[in-house]
Amino acid sequence: MSDVDAPTTQRAKKAAEGPYGKIGQTINELDDRLGVAKGGRTFMDKIFPDHWSFMLGEIALYSFVILLVTGIYLTFYYVPSSALVIYHGSYLPLDGQRVTQAFDSTVNISFAVRGGLLMRQMHHWACDIFVGAIVVHMARVFFTGAFRKPRELNWTIGLTLLILAIGEGFLGYSLPDDLVSGTGIRIAYSIMESIPLVGTYMAFFVFGGNFPGTATIPRFFILHVLILPLVIIGLVTAHLILLVRQKHTQFPGEGKTEKNVVGTPMFPVFMAKTTGFLFIVAGVTALLAAFAQINPIWQFGPYDASRISYAVQPDFYMGFLDGALRIWPSWSFMGFGHTIPFEVFIPAVVLPGILFNIAYLWPMIERKFTGDNEIHNLLDRPSERPKRTAFGVAVLTLIAMLFIASATDLIANFFHLSLNSVLWAMRILTIVTPFIAYPITYKICQELQGIKGAGKRKTPNVVSRTEEGEYLATPTPVYGADAPEELHPTPVPTFIEVEPEEPVESGVRTVDR
Amino acid sequence: MSDQHEHRTPVAIGSVSENDPHLQPAAKNPQTVEGVIAATFVLGFLCMAGFGASFWVNAKPWIIAATMGFGLFFLGVGLVAWGKYLMPRGPFVEERHELATGQADRDALAAAIVERGGGVVQRRKLLAGLLGGGLGVFSIVAMFPVIRSLGPLPKGTLFHTDWRKGSYAVDQSGRRINVGDLAVGSIVTVFPEGTENTDRGQAVDQTVLVRISNENFTTQKGRETWGPKGYVAYSKLCTHLGCPVGLYEQELQLLVCPCHQSMFNVTNGAIPEFGPAPRPLPQLPLYIDADGSIRAQDGYDQPVGPGFWERHRVTKS
Repeated sequence: MSDVDAPTTQRAKKAAEGPYGKIGQTINELDDRLGVAKGGRTFMDKIFPDHWSFMLGEIALYSFVILLVTGIYLTFYYVPSSALVIYHGSYLPLDGQRVTQAFDSTVNISFAVRGGLLMRQMHHWACDIFVGAIVVHMARVFFTGAFRKPRELNWTIGLTLLILAIGEGFLGYSLPDDLVSGTGIRIAYSIMESIPLVGTYMAFFVFGGNFPGTATIPRFFILHVLILPLVIIGLVTAHLILLVRQKHTQFPGEGKTEKNVVGTPMFPVFMAKTTGFLFIVAGVTALLAAFAQINPIWQFGPYDASRISYAVQPDFYMGFLDGALRIWPSWSFMGFGHTIPFEVFIPAVVLPGILFNIAYLWPMIERKFTGDNEIHNLLDRPSERPKRTAFGVAVLTLIAMLFIASATDLIANFFHLSLNSVLWAMRILTIVTPFIAYPITYKICQELQGIKGAGKRKTPNVVSRTEEGEYLATPTPVYGADAPEELHPTPVPTFIEVEPEEPVESGVRTVDR
Repeated sequence: MSDQHEHRTPVAIGSVSENDPHLQPAAKNPQTVEGVIAATFVLGFLCMAGFGASFWVNAKPWIIAATMGFGLFFLGVGLVAWGKYLMPRGPFVEERHELATGQADRDALAAAIVERGGGVVQRRKLLAGLLGGGLGVFSIVAMFPVIRSLGPLPKGTLFHTDWRKGSYAVDQSGRRINVGDLAVGSIVTVFPEGTENTDRGQAVDQTVLVRISNENFTTQKGRETWGPKGYVAYSKLCTHLGCPVGLYEQELQLLVCPCHQSMFNVTNGAIPEFGPAPRPLPQLPLYIDADGSIRAQDGYDQPVGPGFWERHRVTKS
């Protein structure tokens, strides 16, 4: 080619590339083969409603990502074996002790592997965040009624994920084979043994024999790193597919209807925000790992079934079970030639069984009571459904009390009380407080319903007192030039006419804005 | 670029004009915000470089963790702020699809299953029954050996310990306990000789030996000979959940389980005085032989540890 032709060739090349250059070409090639252009465009335009509470599920998802990444790192160094070795690592106080390979390798990860302690602590912290975020996310879904038709199935999947997450947490907690986790396995074994009729055989088959059994660590390992993670990944995928298919719920507001979604688009806004949020969750987890020690197994020492450390506490998500086991009375049943250890079976098996079953059946229970079989895409404010909200608060109160009851000995020590009085106080509080929480929540919800604009983001009111002693609440006058201009979602929505409410008759006068 | 999709409103995000206020950033002063975000990115970049350096030189774990944590945190904050303040502020709207596909499709699907599928099965009931039967037998027959192979049968393992008539009580290092070894009020964990270093010895046979007094001590009626020279022995497995009853409250003479605070009085046969444990700790009958060694008269007279369905079966001896 001569020099004269060069610009022409370049121009021709450019014309062939089309107006979008390399990216456009790549899309052309991909669409020829996979037909992704239309769906891809829809995905890029997918709208995500904005509300801080929709972030809770993201925390759960991203802490799970952190668990996968740090967990893979840990499997490179962890040895799932109860074979005994003599410890000769860099942590001198344990030098020469007979420990299992599981314990030996975990101490080595903490002291000898570069970045190993960081990975271990991040893994443990991410686990606590994972379970906690799922619980708070579920509370949000429950109190706003997001579980209603058509999303009952996703509620069920989410609840299953919570149970699996707790199970994963327990299995992982057991793997280092230290003194505290070994005691946890012992308790789990006894709980399984307590199940009538099949319990003994179940325990023998799950743990591979009488406690402690050498099969425990390898079995827990494969469950923890392969089987349960696969199930969780599958269910998380299903959870997200359903979310995309059914689209997000949203709180009612200007331009928001049952038939649309108002918010920010997937690309670039939501993508930027959510990726940034992934980094923040990972960063906070790493900072916790840096500055807050968690599970220092080298201080607990290796597991020895005949030893125990004082103040044995499980991870927080097991707290309510531990508390229930503490405060349930010692009622064992013996008769008809059999023993039923009710003192274990009821608080550790029946109670969580009832709680989780109510949660599973809740969408059905509520439909039964309300007779509501409509599709709901707009969320409730918790105050609009006083009975549901009060019931949820009552159950959470019960669980909170059981959780506090798992620290009876610490409370007694700290406040210099007798263990007996703390125990009885917790027994009474656990039974009584849910029944107090219900009417109080119910009343608060009713009161909130009467207040216009409650729960909406707003500037504070100025409360002033007149000479007659009457109190007045007036909104701060910020709606001037510097007030942010509110935009309406495109396309311009229909406005709902709102009539100003009559002032409440008592001494307090509310001023409508 | 007009959107061709029918289900999308014509004025969704893709078709708003370039000067539409919805496409403007939310920040009132984008220049300043951009500067702040740039600063957080620089901080994040520096922390990440620090992370690389500290990992390379194998710095203290908390330095590796903190540089990585702050690096991710700053990058994340900057990215969120970029999305929140400098990208199109919206709000945008999107219509929902009707999830339901309509009665015609439902009927077609139901017809396909009921008429086509049902017809096939109904005409070949024998085949369907045989197939179902075969799979059923397979699952039952196959599942039982699978479950059965997961572990040994319990058999007698929960009912007996390794304590036998004449077993020497030894401590964790294997040393035999002599009558002069314990002062009144002290306590030691003992095992039947030979099991002190085995899993089963530690998990099942573990026994607390307490010296209550200098005289022969009777904890309960019928156990007059079980506590020679004030030595009494109880299973160390809590009857609640099997934790080792590892704490001894010397003044009150209570064995305390640290797991759920069950307390057992060693002077009256370890009857639980507090907490969720339902049964006393089984007591091991002791005697002192001619050499002064503490030995077991016999094994435990009942299963040790937490309750289970079949536990009742052997209260024979």
